[in-house]
Amino acid sequence: MTDKDRVVEHPEVPTLFDVQEMELNFGPQHPSTHGVLRLVLKVDGEKILEAKPDVGYLHRGTEKLFETETYPMGIPHTDRMDYVAAATNNHAFCLTIEKLLGVEVPRRAQLIRVILDELQRLSSHLVWLGTSGIDLGAVTPFWYAFREREQILDFFEEYCGARLTLNSMRIGGLPFDLTPGWIERLSDFVDDLPARIDDYEQLLTDNRIWKRRTVGIGVISGEECIERGLTGPLLRASGVEWDLRRAQPYECYEELDFAIPTRVNGDTYDRYIVRVQEMRQSVRILRQSIDRLEPGEIRGKVPRVIKPPAEEVYASIESPKGELGFYCVSNGTNRPYRMHCRPPSFINLQALPRLAKGHLISDLVALIGTVDIVLGEVDR
Amino acid sequence: MKILTPTVLTYIKVVLLVALVPAIVGFVIVLMERRFMGFMQVRLGPNRVGPKGTLQGLADLVKLVTKEDVTPARAEGSVHFLAPVLAVIPALTALALIPFGPSVRLSRNVSTPLYVTDINIGLLFLFAITSIGVYGIILGGWASNNKYSLLGGLRSAAQLISYEVPMGLALVSVLLMTRSLSLVEIVQRQERIHLWFVFPGLLAFFLYFVSGVAETNRNPFDLPEAESELVSGFNTEYSGVKFAFFFLGEYTAMIIISCVAVTVFFGGWLSPFPSVKALSFLKLVPPLVWFLIKTGVFLFAYIWFRSTFPRYRFDQLMALGWKWMIPVGLVNIVIVALAILATPGRTNGMVTLAWILGAIFVLLFLLARLRQALTRRDRLAAEPAGARAPR
Repeated sequence: MTDKDRVVEHPEVPTLFDVQEMELNFGPQHPSTHGVLRLVLKVDGEKILEAKPDVGYLHRGTEKLFETETYPMGIPHTDRMDYVAAATNNHAFCLTIEKLLGVEVPRRAQLIRVILDELQRLSSHLVWLGTSGIDLGAVTPFWYAFREREQILDFFEEYCGARLTLNSMRIGGLPFDLTPGWIERLSDFVDDLPARIDDYEQLLTDNRIWKRRTVGIGVISGEECIERGLTGPLLRASGVEWDLRRAQPYECYEELDFAIPTRVNGDTYDRYIVRVQEMRQSVRILRQSIDRLEPGEIRGKVPRVIKPPAEEVYASIESPKGELGFYCVSNGTNRPYRMHCRPPSFINLQALPRLAKGHLISDLVALIGTVDIVLGEVDR
Repeated sequence: MKILTPTVLTYIKVVLLVALVPAIVGFVIVLMERRFMGFMQVRLGPNRVGPKGTLQGLADLVKLVTKEDVTPARAEGSVHFLAPVLAVIPALTALALIPFGPSVRLSRNVSTPLYVTDINIGLLFLFAITSIGVYGIILGGWASNNKYSLLGGLRSAAQLISYEVPMGLALVSVLLMTRSLSLVEIVQRQERIHLWFVFPGLLAFFLYFVSGVAETNRNPFDLPEAESELVSGFNTEYSGVKFAFFFLGEYTAMIIISCVAVTVFFGGWLSPFPSVKALSFLKLVPPLVWFLIKTGVFLFAYIWFRSTFPRYRFDQLMALGWKWMIPVGLVNIVIVALAILATPGRTNGMVTLAWILGAIFVLLFLLARLRQALTRRDRLAAEPAGARAPR
């Protein structure tokens, strides 16, 4: 059933009873808002006439905090933005400062960064897969997804001691080299992954109820995505082949062979397919990076006290959720004058009122899942 | 002096039912559900309380009973209180009609059937009494003074009433074959004709069980309590004993749906393959055990559904009920009626119908698999190259 069949417009006819819209507070305490998102809904029965996101419940002034501390001290703050994908946050932050300093990152560090990024992409997508499955009532994929996510977190823990707030990168390279045996175990895990991804797909991809709940829900065109600044899987599911790993290659993504999955319909189902495909591509990237890894330096030549020249730079990476960038204004001291983050979750969230309009409350839950927001990053 | 008069026996049976069923719900079914789901979801499930978690039900009961019983401010107090009662009493009442087994001999001259009562409008009464349970949910949602609960109540009103219709239609087609509404008579007739009604009533059985799942608000039709949408819907504002009552009502309703499915379609207490000599040892198993095994299979199916399917959306659920199941139910009645008319006075018509339906079912199943394989092939063809690991 397509979207068009379903949405029944109410003609303006006089009714016997006094009809009024109901205002419904969706969150901040609600199991499906993935954190403390609050949506103020105007509903007619269950049909959503208007959905207004009210963000800021998790605001911690991260951007201001960057200004008060030295450059390296900013890295742990980035962990707490997109807290299900800390490594990519670290990466974007470090990349910005490295661009400011003009530091070259050694090849081994680049490859390990790629490995960490892709592991993080996998784990972030797994969280998304599990939770959006639960949102639509499919509880089992969650446990399968978290089984693998736990393993990924184990790898992180062994590498840097933390599972979520990793603090796993440093300006100019990495804090630690890999522990012995880490890469062999990772290699085994990567070999296992395609079959595990098949498990999730088995439960959802061809499931008729899953398709009915996602096909034609929250359709958005490629042009509109670009107008609204949406990036990541949302953009790619609408047919735009735009991935910063390919469009503005950083680290050593240039030499790696991977595809950018795209779909054309721009609905919730396509966004699901794109993300699952991205997981498969991440597996490919991981495999190649593991094979290319050679011993070497993990830290570039960085001064002990980081005092970059007074300049302004912007650098961005493809985080699991889209373009994650930092804009840094330096005034020549050891602290940034201004640090601004371009958070993909926040910008993608802007599409939610547009996506939700005219759908039902049940679809809203699917749409919050498909936008894949993390409130830590939205509110910062 | 005779103490065990039929009246006394009936009282004993009523007390046993009302005492046993909640205990079975709490201790066996809930534990089984959680352990099975744990198994299906690569986790353990509760295994801490008592050996292998067997006392989890007791722990839950103690928790629920000792919890504060909250009635929200500005809720409709009396209705809020009445709703869980309305959810559980009809479900327990309906149990009186379920024939768990034929007569058993208690002593030399006392024997009693394993059901409380057998009334000649049994199925009709069962329908009527279980429908009352819906009011519990509707009123509970309405009286809670909570918008989510209200939405849950509204959903259940529409859903449960809609699915009564296909369920009724499914049973009507079976009634054409049984010519009796008495549940005991339905089982006895299956015994006489050596054919369970599931075979000539294959379609009716599917309609019945799907509607049954919808009636009991279970996955994939658990919309009135949709946790991730309506924050538990109608029972959001319920705690303590009242919540336990809703819980008990839901599970007892599940038991009743399963029991009726077994009685009407799967020969109740009868053992399978009565005419196959080699399998005559199956008759050594007591009828009550057969009944419980069959019911258990259906309860397991409930759990299996729950861990497999995503949830339907409200309008899709209604479309499924009204646009598919009701027309199919009507067509099914016509088919069964024609088959019976074609062979008056004999059961051959039913056997033929069973074969035809079985063949059609197998064909449809194969077609569905084929279609699935084709869509899967198309999907894989659209994937970017190198995405899959070589097998």
